[in-house]
Amino acid sequence: MKIDITLRINGRSCTLSVPAKTTLLEALRDHLGLVGAKEGCGKGECGACTVLVDGKAVNSCLMLAAQAEGKEILTIEGLSQGGPTPLQRAFVEEGAVQCGYCTPGMIMSCEALLRENPNPSEEEIKEAISGNLCRCTGYIKILRAVKKALEER
Amino acid sequence: MKKYRVVGQDVEKVDGRALVTGQPVFTDDFSLPGMLYGKILRSPYAHALIKEINASEAEKLKGVEAVFTYKNVPRKAYTTAGQGYPEPSPYDSFIFDKKVRFVGDRVAAVFAESLSIAEEALSLIKVEYEELPAILDPEDALKDGAPVIHDEPEIQGAHDPSRNIVSHVDLEIGDVDQALRDSDFVVEGIWETQYAQHCPMEAHIAIAYLDERGKLVIRSSTQVPFHARRILSFLLGIPISKIRVIKPRIGGGFGAKQEVLIEDLVALATLKTKRPARLELTREEEFVSSRTMHPMKVKVRLGADKEGMLKAIEMDILSNTGAYGAHGPTVFFNAGSKTLPLYNKAENVRFTGNVVYTNLPVAGAYRGYGATEGYFALECAIDELARKMGIDPLILRQKNHIRPGETSPIFKKLGEGREGVPQTVESCGLEECIENGRELFEWEKKRSLPREVAPGIYRGYGMAIMMQGSAIPLVDMASATIKMNEDGSFLLLVGATDLGTGSDTILAQIACEEIGIPVKNITVYSSDTDFTPFDKGAYASSTTYLSGEAVRKAARKVKEQILTVAHILLGASGDLVIEDGLVKEVGTGKTLTLEEIGLRSFYMADQRQIQATASHVSEVSPPPFAAHFVEVEVDTRTGKITPILYVAAVDCGVAVNPQLTRGQIIGSIVNGLGFALSEGLVFNTRGMPLNPNFLDYKVLSSLDIPEIEVILVETHEPSGPFGAKSVAEICINGPLPAVANAVYDALGIQLKKAPFTAESVLRLLGKI
Repeated sequence: MKIDITLRINGRSCTLSVPAKTTLLEALRDHLGLVGAKEGCGKGECGACTVLVDGKAVNSCLMLAAQAEGKEILTIEGLSQGGPTPLQRAFVEEGAVQCGYCTPGMIMSCEALLRENPNPSEEEIKEAISGNLCRCTGYIKILRAVKKALEER
Repeated sequence: MKKYRVVGQDVEKVDGRALVTGQPVFTDDFSLPGMLYGKILRSPYAHALIKEINASEAEKLKGVEAVFTYKNVPRKAYTTAGQGYPEPSPYDSFIFDKKVRFVGDRVAAVFAESLSIAEEALSLIKVEYEELPAILDPEDALKDGAPVIHDEPEIQGAHDPSRNIVSHVDLEIGDVDQALRDSDFVVEGIWETQYAQHCPMEAHIAIAYLDERGKLVIRSSTQVPFHARRILSFLLGIPISKIRVIKPRIGGGFGAKQEVLIEDLVALATLKTKRPARLELTREEEFVSSRTMHPMKVKVRLGADKEGMLKAIEMDILSNTGAYGAHGPTVFFNAGSKTLPLYNKAENVRFTGNVVYTNLPVAGAYRGYGATEGYFALECAIDELARKMGIDPLILRQKNHIRPGETSPIFKKLGEGREGVPQTVESCGLEECIENGRELFEWEKKRSLPREVAPGIYRGYGMAIMMQGSAIPLVDMASATIKMNEDGSFLLLVGATDLGTGSDTILAQIACEEIGIPVKNITVYSSDTDFTPFDKGAYASSTTYLSGEAVRKAARKVKEQILTVAHILLGASGDLVIEDGLVKEVGTGKTLTLEEIGLRSFYMADQRQIQATASHVSEVSPPPFAAHFVEVEVDTRTGKITPILYVAAVDCGVAVNPQLTRGQIIGSIVNGLGFALSEGLVFNTRGMPLNPNFLDYKVLSSLDIPEIEVILVETHEPSGPFGAKSVAEICINGPLPAVANAVYDALGIQLKKAPFTAESVLRLLGKI
């Protein structure tokens, strides 16, 4: 069964006709061409699909697209609209990116943290990204990148 | 040491901006019109014959375009291992077979209009199995009367399939038994590693399509595009000229993608339907049906005299390759070849063992490639020996490790599933690694502290030293092409396979250093079997060292061509140099831009494309070296081990990009800590994995990591590009022994089976 839903994504509204069981991640990747969010497990265990929904970090593979109706969704593409943010630049400069597959989700989790808590401690940063698995970096440089972005603000 | 302009700089990763902004760069970020979606039906049994398989209902389902079983695909024995040709691995795999050999083995594949239709179709395939007795413990594989897992007549290259033996080695240098009898101190033990999975965040994925010439194009998340093309050509019986493999950005591999695991199926689907076809493993399939690290039982005996000089090392291994041979022989050889030369003072060395088939998931290449398992045993045994002698384990290591200008007979005796290549170690900073690590870690001071820091809470301090190699000598080849544009910019085309390591950036730095231009003036393309020159791919710690030297050679040739034109244009007779993209005549100060040279070459005089291709094969495999130190805290009430501080001092020659080098070191340490602390597949009594997901298979998160300090001990490797050696693998070998040694230091218990769970600690403490 297909349903019509209207989503507000990266500041723009779009209407989709999709099967009711379509997840937000599927809506983004398969129907809207917003492929920045990645599927790493499809079960909410790795965080690669993280986007912001009303400013909160959400595993988009666990949320139905229909549940996101009426909410403000921000993806990595939306965050990057005006070029890379200081946080994104810090990821590159600090070597916090290796393969980059977890990176969009990781950055969105950090973005959610910084919006809620402009001066997080190291423990709070670790906590905020604890649902985002990264197999390449060992996290140390990601923590440094977030701290660098904080210092440069 | 010579000062470089680009090499040695923390140049930003050339793909960094695209990755942090979520650009579409990965295999699955592009979809093609009319693309079919594939799913694989997998065996529910560890060992069974397929008595009957009927896919007619699945084929009739609307939206199903192709169903493959053993009945309608070519039957050819091959190896999935992506290695140089001829591969040292057994040919014991088939696209589909009448026999299944582990839970998760391939039974059939469906390609349909959507994933959900493909999934539904799988449920319509009727399979009748005859279950066979299974081997779920590698010890059982060798027993008389054990089931024979590979009884197919086509099998080639396995040592003795009738006894489930894939590879066997019996190597002795000197007289180990006599040396052990003559030793003043002897220690012995068996150390065991687990089924660990690579867990690249991007699972295996491939998309195939036919181009306008009818060529089969496969975009794949692979570490080995050229080997994949060669293996597919063999397997499918189509010429190499009709296959093109493209590697886009890769979401991590760590060895799991040094295999051809799904490309054959998308190829079959596209060849049959003429439509694009996509297949991606689920996370569960990635855990169960892709590849894992080799679970090994490694027995080590060491003998030393009373001065603390090693006299004998014996290493005997039982390696479990699972249901197929894949990288079984080579990983096993490396468990010895990458460890035993480290202690070259021991003149009597024995390396023996077997790689056996079991009805469990298939082990393959995994970062470290056998050295991880070997070092767990060897470095724990060294600590045990030091305790027995009553000396500091650091000093015992100092007395016995290899030094510059020295060699080991093992280099020649053990290679890649066959004999190796003799070599003398030219660059070796291990002495400084131990010294600098010791100082930063405050080894002696820490080891003099009381171990109990709070009631029931103990701290311990452990270390390990290690080496790896750089590329496979006289086997693997890399090449590179550099072209100059008329604006003075350059294109670097490499078959080398950046799978997230940053090798595109490293190779750009090497090219730019040699030519004399900034990195912004070069664009790197990797890798496309039709448009980039051959490279063996990303494995065996090869890319910086081997592909890097090919790039340097190509850059040298291009530079010579540029200077030839510049001499004419400047009317110069003296020496010319290229600095920051400008050609300068030494002495006169006359300059010329690269754009002037480019324009002239394209349009004006002596017209030609300035470009060059170079290839490189190495005669040696210079080892990087490292010394690791770890502080752990153990809670004796819960059994939990928490790493507090990790210091790694590493000699990788000249670090081409220290930032990326540190990234490789830290990343591999945290992966190794996962082996030590939590990772491992668990099976039920029928060989079914119970935890193939990120909730139940614990990969370390940001909350689980210690403070990590990296010290780069720079040496200059004469055979490497600008003095570089490899770095990506070596440090995964440290955490298992260093943590085990630290826990012994804290509590006096010997953890000999990984992972070191809270349960295993409590058992050794006699609490459960």
